Amino acid sequence: MFDILKELIFSSGAVSLTGGNLVMWLVSFVLLYLAIKKQYEPLLLLPIAFGILIVNLPLTFLMEPEHGLIWFFYHYGIEMDIIPPLIFLGLGAMIDFGPLIANPKTMLLGAGAQAGLYVTFFAAVLFGFDLQEAGSIAIIGGADGPTTIYLTSKLAPHLLGATAVSAYAYMALVPIIQPPMMKLLTSEHERKIVMTKLRPVSRLQKICFPIVTGMTIMLVVPPAAPLISMLMLGNLFKESGVVERLTNASANELMNIVTIFLGLSIGATMTATTFLNPKVLFIFFLGLFAFVISTAAGLLMAKFMNLFLKNKINPLIGAAGVSAVPMAARCVHKVGSEANRRNYLLMHAMGPNVAGVIGTVVAAAILLKNLG
Amino acid sequence: MPELLAPIAGNVWKILVAVGDKVELDDELVILEALKMETPIYCDDAGTVTEIKVKEGDAVNEDDVLIVID
Repeated sequence: MFDILKELIFSSGAVSLTGGNLVMWLVSFVLLYLAIKKQYEPLLLLPIAFGILIVNLPLTFLMEPEHGLIWFFYHYGIEMDIIPPLIFLGLGAMIDFGPLIANPKTMLLGAGAQAGLYVTFFAAVLFGFDLQEAGSIAIIGGADGPTTIYLTSKLAPHLLGATAVSAYAYMALVPIIQPPMMKLLTSEHERKIVMTKLRPVSRLQKICFPIVTGMTIMLVVPPAAPLISMLMLGNLFKESGVVERLTNASANELMNIVTIFLGLSIGATMTATTFLNPKVLFIFFLGLFAFVISTAAGLLMAKFMNLFLKNKINPLIGAAGVSAVPMAARCVHKVGSEANRRNYLLMHAMGPNVAGVIGTVVAAAILLKNLG
Repeated sequence: MPELLAPIAGNVWKILVAVGDKVELDDELVILEALKMETPIYCDDAGTVTEIKVKEGDAVNEDDVLIVID
């Protein structure tokens, strides 16, 4: 009887618990709190937090290669790069390129805001990360979750949990991180600028955009193809207006389904041994640095463009060049309306915002081409 | 007769006035919801609300008439 009890205790996970596991439980509980109570990106944070919790229960072997349940999700979904492009399919089916088509010069803002990526890349190399790791960290500046995951899983899979969580964290923290930067780099007078109305965009233009832009980008930077092709296909579904069921399936059901597997798998990469490492804390710091530089670069780019433009743009929309859609555009709108309550920048900010998504993918493809 | 137009496309979240109400410049008349964000729309002229063209929950396009003020 005593032997059976002893056997039960020693085969239980509890005796194999490490201090690291307990710390990771704490991380998981904090993230659960942020997701449930504060509603910070709960759709992602909740499965991520739960993933962290269950892989830090010893002897469950959920991430055991070839055996564990979540390992299969991770292997087929992320290691084989299936989920991030599917998320982009749904994103394409949701976003409206209209403001970008109406005001194509905002593409420059989406490109300008990627400067933070390159600055951070060199900073990370200086701090002793290898080139592949540095690329994965730099892409956090784009504040685009799926692209960050896509790139990290190819370049530095051991950093996946840290880069993914920081990309999503900074997306959620846009309303806290961006406004001080915006106020610092623009004058009250500039924030008050009311922009001229966007011209109407025809259906034909909206249909041609994903086809022409998609082809151009894939011809110039072929490694961008998996993400860009899916993004443009989703957008073509939406703009064609003839496949509403496919549009809805991409934007809702499919997106929700893959989000579950994405979140759980990302969380499950964060075992105590991989995550509790001084490097990881540093990744959060460098990621924040990347995001701040990207925001500043977008703002300065907009101010620079104003030197040449007759119809001035409101430089705040430059901050939306990071690709956190639509958080960054919302944030621009809010700061703009604080300066001038009749300033409705939302749609103007969506132009650089969707351009930022494209810009981040192109930047990731360039990093992949040179480092992969 | 001055009209209050929707400055951006979105859904009508709340209508804060009723027909017959006296309104002042800069009063908040309608709150639109676009991209999950509430955007208050302010009155451009003082006067009396004579007609409300939309109801809560309606989807509106840019430049649609929301409220007519006399």
